[in-house]
Amino acid sequence: MDTGTLSFELALTLYLAAVLIGIIELFKSTKTTSRFMLVIAGFGFFSHSISIIYRYVIAGHIPISNAHEATSFFSWCIVFMFFIIEFRYRIGLLGSFIMPIVFVLMLSSSMLPREIKDLSPMLQSNWLGIHTVFAFLGNAAFAMAFGIGVMYLVQERFVRSKHIGDLFRRLPSLQSLDEINYRLITWGFPLFTLAIITGSLWANTAWGSYWRWDPREVWSLVTWLIYATILHARLLAGWRGKRAAILSIIGFLTILIAFFGIKLLEKGRHVFL
Amino acid sequence: MNILVVGLNHKIADVEVREKLAFEGPRLHEGLMGLKGLPGFLEAVVLSTCNRVEIYTNVLDKDEASDAIKGFISEFHGIKSHLLESALYFLSGKDAVRHIFRVASSLDSMIVGEPQILGQLKDAFEFALLKKTTGVLLNKLMKKAISVAKRVRTETKIAENAVSISFAGVELARKIFTDISEKSVMLLGAGEMAELAARHLVSSGVREIVVANRTFERGVELAKEFGGRAVRFNEFLHEMRHTDIVICSTGAPTYVVTKAEMHAVMKERKQKPVFIIDISVPRNIDPEINRMENVFLYDVDDLQGVIDTNMLERKKEAEKAEGIIAEEVETFLRWFESLDAVPAIVALREMAEGIKKEEIERLLNRLPELGEKERKAVEYMATAIVNKLIHSPTVALKEDSEDKEFLIATIKRLYGINGQ
Repeated sequence: MDTGTLSFELALTLYLAAVLIGIIELFKSTKTTSRFMLVIAGFGFFSHSISIIYRYVIAGHIPISNAHEATSFFSWCIVFMFFIIEFRYRIGLLGSFIMPIVFVLMLSSSMLPREIKDLSPMLQSNWLGIHTVFAFLGNAAFAMAFGIGVMYLVQERFVRSKHIGDLFRRLPSLQSLDEINYRLITWGFPLFTLAIITGSLWANTAWGSYWRWDPREVWSLVTWLIYATILHARLLAGWRGKRAAILSIIGFLTILIAFFGIKLLEKGRHVFL
Repeated sequence: MNILVVGLNHKIADVEVREKLAFEGPRLHEGLMGLKGLPGFLEAVVLSTCNRVEIYTNVLDKDEASDAIKGFISEFHGIKSHLLESALYFLSGKDAVRHIFRVASSLDSMIVGEPQILGQLKDAFEFALLKKTTGVLLNKLMKKAISVAKRVRTETKIAENAVSISFAGVELARKIFTDISEKSVMLLGAGEMAELAARHLVSSGVREIVVANRTFERGVELAKEFGGRAVRFNEFLHEMRHTDIVICSTGAPTYVVTKAEMHAVMKERKQKPVFIIDISVPRNIDPEINRMENVFLYDVDDLQGVIDTNMLERKKEAEKAEGIIAEEVETFLRWFESLDAVPAIVALREMAEGIKKEEIERLLNRLPELGEKERKAVEYMATAIVNKLIHSPTVALKEDSEDKEFLIATIKRLYGINGQ
């Protein structure tokens, strides 16, 4: 087993451990559980980074040229974003909601063909790195907003049901969750917009047309419209709280459909993913 | 161990009796000095709160001290001695230690987990320290009780959840809003319970308080008390556009806020969340409002439900706390028992060291030709022999055994030592 594979497998195992600790933490928390989960996820992230760097060195370009690499890179971006949010807001329980997404993405990545192939001439461009990094970081922020949105709905349910318990006390306040959710979308939206812009510029260079209604382009547009609606409705109609949380969940599900669903269709130019 | 606790609390004596037996102000000093002056009383601490009066003492003879203390209380407070028989409890030894730890940790309080008692116990101890009525045993016991209480506080969640209507309101508000110091509160009507809830919110540092009362003058009066402002009752809906927390208790027989009115308010608020506590019976806020987005409505039964849940959790945590206390009582008793053996261990070591020193000196005088290295080797060997010889008896003395007194006496006799 080479270094890249070994570190990938190790990251997968550590993420699984983080998921299990996260589940334990939901039901029974001690002061050390959330710290322990962060340490384990941190080691996983480190190992994951090595696997990505390894592939980068071997292939000579950013490792997002096949579905295995793209899914792995996407989950890496989510963990990266998770650490930023956790260190900024100290939510504690966020990992319990985020790490399962990371693990599922990594597990799907592990099941996809892993061979390193040469880039097709079409993809040999600086735009590859720029477009995909914007897209994945934007999507990672949306993934985080999804996790926070789920937390909001759980906490809102506790407040409304009037049967409060231990988890109610450990979850942040509704206002915090709503504000962080909004903040994440305001981070993700410009990144995602830049991804669309750079993607269409690249498409124009490669194929002579900015927009060709490829299925992934259509789904990206749908996703972009959903997040644009969230921001717009929040500013103008005061859509916040539960509605914003639900919309951010729908938004991320759209991203997942775009990511995995279109792959199944095997059509359009983005099929290399 | 001759620790004796004599006292009464809210469980066995009603407030009338507790008042009569209280040691307040200058009487505390007088009582403390009186107790310390009783024959056979080595140390004393008096804890006197609204729910309990307790005397912690270290005495020479428990039985004699029990009678003496009863007589003292009867004389001091002018109560006939026989009336005290059923009102007081007498605890000694292990039971006394456990009781003091439970009191400090608030397990014996009317509301389990309430934090005031620890402060009161600290004050009582500090006062006794100041008046020099304590010694080694009670000092250690009181310090230990305080640290046990802190351990209980950190290792259990005994004091975490609100157990009164007004605190439950604050606790919930904190889960809806991040920082309640940025929030404004409106008091709709001026019922007693609403006032109390508002008081807790004010002490938690809310930004602004507005009072809307049917009698405007009363509203002004109350607003002044909270450092807030009063508005006319018919303006309250308008005011709700900016208020984050509303505490309602108008005493009106019908709803004063309907769903349609709330809809209009929410629209104007741009859906900013609002937390409404309706303490009135019958309810003053249409319960349907709770279905609206970003409106969180709690009535008095809801709050009671929250309190009941919290109470249950406190009970569970209290069980954990009892475990901690049992452990700490054993540690304390072990420390106490080791006190018995300390003089004997010290004397044994002094005797052995004396012999060692004497014999080394004699040997070195006889063999002046020995070099530095050899001298050190001789000293090292002598120290090793002494340590090995006294190791087993020292361990035996430190051990927690039933025949400790016999062991101490035997060692003293065998080695001819007189440790006190």
